[in-house]
Formats: sequence, C-alpha cells, structure tokens
Amino acid sequence: MDKKWFVTASPHIADQESVPKIMYGVVISLIPAILGAVYFFGPRAAWVIFLAIVGALATEAIIEKLMKKPITIRDGSAVVTGILLAMNVPAEVPWWMPVIGSAFAIAIGKIPFGGLGYNPMNPALLGRAFLLASWPTHMTIFRTQPLKWISSHPGLAELLSKLSLYQPDPAAKFSLSGIDLFTGATPLNVFKQQKDVILRLADDPSMTEKVNTAHEAIKQLSDSYGNLFWGNIGGCIGETSVFLLLIGAVYLIYKRYIRLRIPLSYIGTVAVLSWIFGGVDGLFSGDPLFHILAGGLMLGAFYMATDMVTSPITSTGGYIFGIGCGIITVLIRLIGGYPEGVSYSILLMNLTVPLIDRYTKPKTFGKVDKK
Amino acid sequence: MIFRKLTFKGGVHPPEYKELAEKQSIEKVPLPSVVVIPLQQHLGAPAEAIVKVGDLVKTGDKIGAARGFVSVPIHASVSGKVIAIERRPHPVSGEGLAVVIESDGKDEQSSAIGPVANYLAQAVDDMKKKIQDAGLAGMGGAAFPTHVKLSPPANKPIDTFILNGAECEPFLTADHRLMLERPNEILEGVRIIMKILGCKNGFIAIEKNKPDAIALFQKLVNDSGDQLKIIALNVKYPQGAEKQLIKAITNRKVPAGGLPMDVGCLVHNVGTAKAVYDAIAFNKPLYERVVTVTGKGIQQPKNLLVRIGTPFQHLIDYCGGLTDNAVKIINGGPMMGIAQYTLDVPVTKGTSGILALTADEAQLPEPQPCIRCGRCVAACPMNLMPNVLARIVEFGRFEDARNLGVLDCIECGSCAFVCPSKIRHVHHIKFGKLEVTKLLKAKAA
Repeated sequence: MDKKWFVTASPHIADQESVPKIMYGVVISLIPAILGAVYFFGPRAAWVIFLAIVGALATEAIIEKLMKKPITIRDGSAVVTGILLAMNVPAEVPWWMPVIGSAFAIAIGKIPFGGLGYNPMNPALLGRAFLLASWPTHMTIFRTQPLKWISSHPGLAELLSKLSLYQPDPAAKFSLSGIDLFTGATPLNVFKQQKDVILRLADDPSMTEKVNTAHEAIKQLSDSYGNLFWGNIGGCIGETSVFLLLIGAVYLIYKRYIRLRIPLSYIGTVAVLSWIFGGVDGLFSGDPLFHILAGGLMLGAFYMATDMVTSPITSTGGYIFGIGCGIITVLIRLIGGYPEGVSYSILLMNLTVPLIDRYTKPKTFGKVDKK
Repeated sequence: MIFRKLTFKGGVHPPEYKELAEKQSIEKVPLPSVVVIPLQQHLGAPAEAIVKVGDLVKTGDKIGAARGFVSVPIHASVSGKVIAIERRPHPVSGEGLAVVIESDGKDEQSSAIGPVANYLAQAVDDMKKKIQDAGLAGMGGAAFPTHVKLSPPANKPIDTFILNGAECEPFLTADHRLMLERPNEILEGVRIIMKILGCKNGFIAIEKNKPDAIALFQKLVNDSGDQLKIIALNVKYPQGAEKQLIKAITNRKVPAGGLPMDVGCLVHNVGTAKAVYDAIAFNKPLYERVVTVTGKGIQQPKNLLVRIGTPFQHLIDYCGGLTDNAVKIINGGPMMGIAQYTLDVPVTKGTSGILALTADEAQLPEPQPCIRCGRCVAACPMNLMPNVLARIVEFGRFEDARNLGVLDCIECGSCAFVCPSKIRHVHHIKFGKLEVTKLLKAKAA
C-alpha cells in the first residue's frame, strides 16, 4: 500500500506570523502605558484594566458557548479590546463600568457582525461611546490628580522620591496655579472652557479680568508640554503619557503590526488644522504641539485608528482615513460640544472604510486605463 | 547610468534553504529500469504517440509528434522497448497518457545526435524548426514551447533578451548548479537565441544570493567580449517571475493579460538556454534535465542530471531515501510547486525540483477569519487584492472575480505565505480562474 501523502494547493510554506501573535504583540506594546497608568493613577488603574479584560473575555466566551460556536478567546483580540476600553475611561469609574463597557464592546460591537475580522467599528471605542452616553458624569470627571495616590502610602512615597519619581507635592509639578478649580481636569477641558470664556466675554469690558485669567490659563497649557509628554496630567487611564505610548508604537512599527501612514496622516492633520484654526487670536495662532500631545490623540492614532479590521486595507486608503480622522477630531475639539473628539472621529471614519477601500483599489500590474 | 533599484513592487522573503543542496555538484543518476514519458509536458496541444507497444527505441528517438504549432514532440530518454502507452500519474495534471519504455540498460543513442559543424551559420528558420523538433519547452516550470516564444509576430519586434537565472524559489538549486558547471554552454545558448531574435540588448539576471554564479558569468563575458550585461538582482520572491523580472531590469511593464513580447522582451530560463545549445549544436533533443532533490525530508539532498520520465521514487532512492517524518512530496519549489499523491510520477521537462517536506513543515494551520491586515495586498507583485479575490471566489461571484483581475494572478503564493490568518488564497484563486475561464468559454460559444 502506497503511503498517504499530504496534498494541498501551493504555497507549501508559510511565515510564522499569526493572529494571536499580532494581538499579543499589541498587548505587549501597551505594557509601558499600562505601567505608566498605574504609576500615575495608582493600583486602581490596574484594577479597571483587569476588570475590562475579564469582562471582554467572559462576554465572548459566554456568547460563543450559548451560540455553540468555537470559543475564540485565545486569539487575543478580546484581551486587546478589554485593555483599550480600560485605557479610554478615567481611573475613578465605578468597578462595574469597565465590565459593562467591554461586555457591550464584544456583545454589540463584535459578535453580531460575525466576530473578529467582521466588525465594522472598533469594539473598544464603541464600548467607550456607550459608557460616555450612558454615564457621562463618571466618564468626564477626572477626580484623580496624577501621582496623588502615592501620598497616602508614606513608605512608597519615600521610596519613589528617592528614585526621583515622586515629589511630595504633585501640584508643584503640574501647576495651573490661580485656577485651582481646574486642577485634575484634563488639559483639553481647560482649553475648551477657557477658550469659550475668551470668545464669549472678550467684548464685555466688565469681564476683562476673567478674560485675562483665561488667556493666562491657555498660555500655561502651552508651558506644560513636559507634563503632557511624560503623562503627569489628568485624563483617561491610558491616554496621558505620550512618551510611553510612543515606546509601544515603536515596537508595533518594528514588528510591522502597524504602518505609519494612518498615525502620521492623522496626527499631521490635527497639527496643521489646530495650528490654523485652534488659536484665540485669529488664524494661524493655534498651538499644534499642545493639540497633538493632549487628550487621546496618541492612543487613538497609534493603537485604535490602526486597528486592522476597521481601517482601510490599501496604502492610499490609509492616508485618506488618517486625514479624515484628523479633520473630525479638530472639528469636535474646536467647534463641537466635547473637549475631545478622537474616539468619535475614529468611529465615524470606521464606517467609511468599505467606501474608501472600494475607491482606492490598487491598479493591477500592467493594467492600462481604458481610454 | 541607471540608479533605479533593480526590483519590483510587493514580494516576500521566505527562508531560502538553498544551503541544503547548493554545494552539491550535479550527479548523473543511474538509468531507471522503466521510464514513463507523458505526451503532455508543455503548455499547448499534447504530442501524439508515433510508436506502438513492442517497438524498440533508442535514446533520443522521437516517440511523440507535435500536434500543431503550439506543441512540441517528445523523445525516448533511454533505449529499450515500448511496453505500454496508457494513462499514468502525472506530476502536473494528476494523470495523463504516457509512453512507458523498459530500458535495455545500454543507453544507445539515436544516430541523429552528433556535433553540427558551423552550427551558428544555420538559417534562423531552420534553427527554430530544430528547436521545436528537439521538444524544447521552458524549463523554469511553466514549460511553454520555446520555439513559439522565439517566433514573435512581425509587429512585435524583440529588442531585449533576458536570461533568467534568478531561481527565486526557496530550496531549488538546479539552475544555480547548472550556471556554475555549464556556463559556456549556457552562454552559447544565449548567443544562439539572440541571433534568432536579432536583438541587441542581452541581460543575464541572477539573484545576489548566488555571488559565485554572478562572478563567473561576469568573468566569462568580460573575456569573450559579448555585449551582455550581468544583472545582480536583489533577493526577493518572486524575482524570477517573467513580468517582475522584466520590470526590475528594463522598467517596462508587461500589460495585464499580455506577453513579454508586447514590451519587446523575451525571457528564457538558464536550463532552456543550455537545451537550445544542445539542440542547435548537437541535434540533441530534450531528454534529460537537472533536478534538485531536496528538503528536510530527503536523506541526502542532491542536484541530479535526470532522464525525462524517471519516476520520483527512483531519484529519492538515489538520494538515500526519505526521512521517517517526510509527509509531503512536491514537484517544484515550496511556493509554486505541486503536491504529489504518489511517488510513481515521472520527471517532466518542467520539473526543476523534487521537494520532500517533513510533518512539522507541512502542517499548515487551519485558516482563520481575515483580519484585513493588508499583508497580502502589500505582498502581491501583481497589485491585486488577494483577500478580496479569495473571498468572492468562495462566494461564487466569478464575474466580480474576473473584474478584479483574478486572471492576472501569477499564483506566486506570496499572499498565502504572509497571511497571519493562514488563508489559502492561491487555492481559492486557482479555482476561481478555472471557473472564470469556463464562464468566458461559455460566453464565446
């Protein structure tokens, strides 16, 4: 009897990359930002991240069990969704919010469309949008001052100050002195409110003092680049430290899990538009550096707009997508009702992806346009 | 001076595994007791058997005649007796009509074979006829009749000839060894081809992973004064694919659905060039070729000079047999080769290698859903969207598949190689091509 041979179509070899490797690669890239979040916001941040991961995994497993489908929680995508959702909420949210948010992300944002690969929108961002719409106060009040948690642990405070990672009075490091009201608010919040004050009251002579204070506050924001870059500011768990997010992004680019076209065109568009339109003294008076360092732009541009499933597949499409995200983000930040627009801009652009893909189809090698 | 990078868009870098066999000199294999010579070893109409069971033949005797212009004859590769003309396993088509010859062990050559005096002085048309009569078909794999490529219509003059020594398929080293061991015959073949075409620009294209071959040809060309350029190509798969090779060297793009002659180019494999020399200078038909027998499933990988029709089993035995964990036997390389269901299949004119893969290499994981990472799109040298093509073929939307260029796919396998979801794009696309071709035929009828 002749031996039975393996017979398949070519090719007969494949490289080592796999979906779980890519997903856990994204998890690895987020580790610096996660550690940073714990450092700035305390163990509470780790707890929120943990709950979000558990929520995502449990939801996926339970639904697939009920639907009698293969359980896919090992592919790593639900872990990524959980972490990204947690990165997008404040550290002070009640414990059930990350659980519900990630459950929504999986149960509504992913499974009904057919699971991994078929969801039209980024599930984590959808979960965040759901939380923001349902419990806006929990989602927009940032009570936690960065590093403040350390002061209640004297031993740790002493250790960290020896390593010059902590100063007993965090307010000294991040000073928006004179406007105590806003300590703990996100810089984009401060920007939005003060800009509103200036635009509303500039022509009212009786309010000159208030307007001057607002001008002063906005000026101080521009002086806070360092804090914005290192992450010593209020904000959602994972969005504050540009530095730590960039470390992860470099890893993702090195592993070729993301391509630069989306983040670059996204961040570039935000920079240009906020420079042109973002100032209080007319056109071209904006502060582009502040706008790209503040808020969730880095997290969104490198980790969520680049989500393979929900971004265009072609190179040209990537640029269009990034520019679109940038335009919508700036529109929301400068004109819209929210101080921050990263997540909505990505969600909206997610919906344009099939259209972008259709119109940026690459031209076949040697194909001549019909005249 | 051109500073353009000598490469093409897309492509992948699979592990090469050339080290298994690249240092092994070409060895002559003892004759098998029986050879199985398929009537169809080339693209086009199969040959028609002109011998009967019981006939005695000599090595090099014609045993099948060409049917029409796009067809070539086949020849006996051993001397002996025709014992059957019947359907036998075939390495490309699964099964096909073949002439089976029992060797008498004497290997008596046909009297027609012998040195031709002043062979370069022959008329061009005679040379083309000789090349067809010698049964030449492209030896790089596709096996397109050589004389057809050498006969472009008058409105498509060829100004550039490229000798393809890229050998970009991993594992395979047959072309590499041939270039090192028979460089003068290959060069003479190039001169004959360029004379037939009457073209001025000649390139010898070799990937940089074969520096010894590049240096050797550079030296030979310097010494002889031939107006040939040696091109050291960047190592990238599929650099040896005709259209990608032409793009890399001349920056010309063969139109979709077109042929190299549409941009004034012609590409021949090094093995074919050597066979052209044999046919013109010795009247020697194509009855033997170099085959790399390699892979981790082979005890002693080797490069072998093999008679056409030799069963795979015979060659594998000569290489010390298979390892215990060999589970997959491939005719050709790992990217485009064809998996075999039996070792009774014979070597044909297009067999450049026999590859044996072990269980851990051959075990391809189950396909997962596409996560739209875009690796296949970036890797596709033909600028197609393999993920979309595979999907719409699965859905049976063949008309759409055709509009998206399924017929332009060269089946190089780059997409499936890089896919993290392990989707078998080529599997789907091959099926899609078949269905689209049926559709087009039905429309034409």
